[in-house]
Amino acid sequence: MSAVLADMPETIAPATSKAIAPSKGGRPWTFYVLATLFAAYVLALYGPMFCIYILSFQDIRGGLVFPMKGQSMHWFVDLFTQVRTGDVKGSFDRSIKLAVIVTVITVVVSFLAGLGFRRRFCGDTFVFYMTIGSLVAPGLVLGLGTGLLFQALGLNASWYTSALGAQLSWTLPFGVLVMFAVMSRFNHVWEEAAYDLGASRWQSIRLVMIPVLAPGLVAVALFGFTLSYDEFARSLQTAGSLNTLPLEIWSMTLNVTSPSLYALGTVTTIVSFIVIGASLGTIVLIQKKRGSRTKG
Amino acid sequence: MQPSSTPSRSNLAGWLYISPLVLVLVPFFVAPILVVLAASFFATDGFGGLTPGFTLASYVEVLHSALTLKLYLATIKFTVLTWIFTLIIGFFVAYFLVFHVRNQLLAIGLFLLCTVPFWTSNIIRMISWIPLLGKEGLINQVLLSTGVIRQPLEVLLFSDLAVVIAYVHQLTIFMIVPIFNSMARIDKKLIEAAIDAGASRFDIMRLIVVPMSKSGIALGTIFVVSIVMGDFFVVKVMSGGGSASVVSAFYEDVGVLQYPTAAASAVLLTLVLVAIVSLILRTVDIRQEITR
Repeated sequence: MSAVLADMPETIAPATSKAIAPSKGGRPWTFYVLATLFAAYVLALYGPMFCIYILSFQDIRGGLVFPMKGQSMHWFVDLFTQVRTGDVKGSFDRSIKLAVIVTVITVVVSFLAGLGFRRRFCGDTFVFYMTIGSLVAPGLVLGLGTGLLFQALGLNASWYTSALGAQLSWTLPFGVLVMFAVMSRFNHVWEEAAYDLGASRWQSIRLVMIPVLAPGLVAVALFGFTLSYDEFARSLQTAGSLNTLPLEIWSMTLNVTSPSLYALGTVTTIVSFIVIGASLGTIVLIQKKRGSRTKG
Repeated sequence: MQPSSTPSRSNLAGWLYISPLVLVLVPFFVAPILVVLAASFFATDGFGGLTPGFTLASYVEVLHSALTLKLYLATIKFTVLTWIFTLIIGFFVAYFLVFHVRNQLLAIGLFLLCTVPFWTSNIIRMISWIPLLGKEGLINQVLLSTGVIRQPLEVLLFSDLAVVIAYVHQLTIFMIVPIFNSMARIDKKLIEAAIDAGASRFDIMRLIVVPMSKSGIALGTIFVVSIVMGDFFVVKVMSGGGSASVVSAFYEDVGVLQYPTAAASAVLLTLVLVAIVSLILRTVDIRQEITR
């Protein structure tokens, strides 16, 4: 599904310099109708989120709804210092660490799987459908199964064992799908040229494939990090005694009725935006570098 | 492609490359599913203890309960409503971006604008409706102050309406991306030819755009249906406990340690989900669709 994200400037940009609307010249009436729909969609997409970001900056009198009562950073301080809001700092720490581990494993495993799936081999369809199954299976059910499995084997569930595996069962299918889309645009001629020049299989991967596929790999990393960082249903029964951040948010939605909840939303979103920005920035930078090299 | 590789060697190489994937999916997807399947046949002492054995008691209990039918009807209602709204919005947003935005860079920018929230927390996006829809929320405040209503509308939050709003908010992106992908591949010359041949805009939509976006619609449907049917926290929070779905009932069962009935209900749900997804997959070769 993410072919466009994986190598976005390549996919569409060179196709035509201008999209051709169904009728040329003046805008048809449908343009205005659909433009309004699009604007309404984007407003509904971002509007509520911005409401809670704004409301998280209230002062101590603040409540859960508008109007805004004063302005301060009170609820952010409250979030990280109060006991009743739970162990936000610790869960934040764990979530970031877990997301980094998941990202690294997702990128490596998806890349290797992408290499493998390029050629048909006996049993490939079975593994592919297993991957799709892992994507569509209800997360809570899988999480419970993993939890019971660990219990039956006498292992302790923790965020870096059972939750790590449960999250990988969610991020890997996405990673593999993105790699499919990325690999389908890889020109085999380059790889063959590398072999003709005497490169070993490892050299052709390291010196040809990885640099060429770099934007796609960054996209896989973005999926890995953010899907893990926001993962909830699969972690619920597998994280053990120490919460990850989404689990902390979940318990806060049930207990906490102060703008602390919104402050936590603002903080996690800032982290998400930094990661998204860094990833998209890296992709654009790589594409730009390439563009200037082919021109110059 | 190395010409020297024989079928058995390429089999081996293929399995070598995907072995890490298999090594993760077997213990964390296949095994848990089998554990849930096994647990559904076990007996329970009612306190979370499981007695290995083979009994269909849990299935009988689940299938005989009037609640099961109610839960499935509620789940199907949420799934169908969400599917309809995400499909309509997703289709027309994708159509707008592909066929109406003439500047390619702008189209990509607007597309990314739609996808950014996908990478932020679902729970946060869900609770962000509270200050808008609540009894003292923004919508009620505006409606009260303009005199449209005298009493605050209570149906906005903690209702089925709120559940569907939250689903559509989270899941429309899963329709937009695959449909956008399919539409972007439609050759614009085809549409020009249709215009030259005298087709109306409605004909173009009916005979070219919709048929050629079918695979994107199918992919988006798989995502939306499987996520809504597997969800429990949106139902739990946005309905305020007033509504339940199959998985939210599963969550409650697990909470009171009724593992076998929960497992039996999970197995039934998985079967329903597999049936729906395989029906959709018959209309689209997902692997070819992604690699094309």
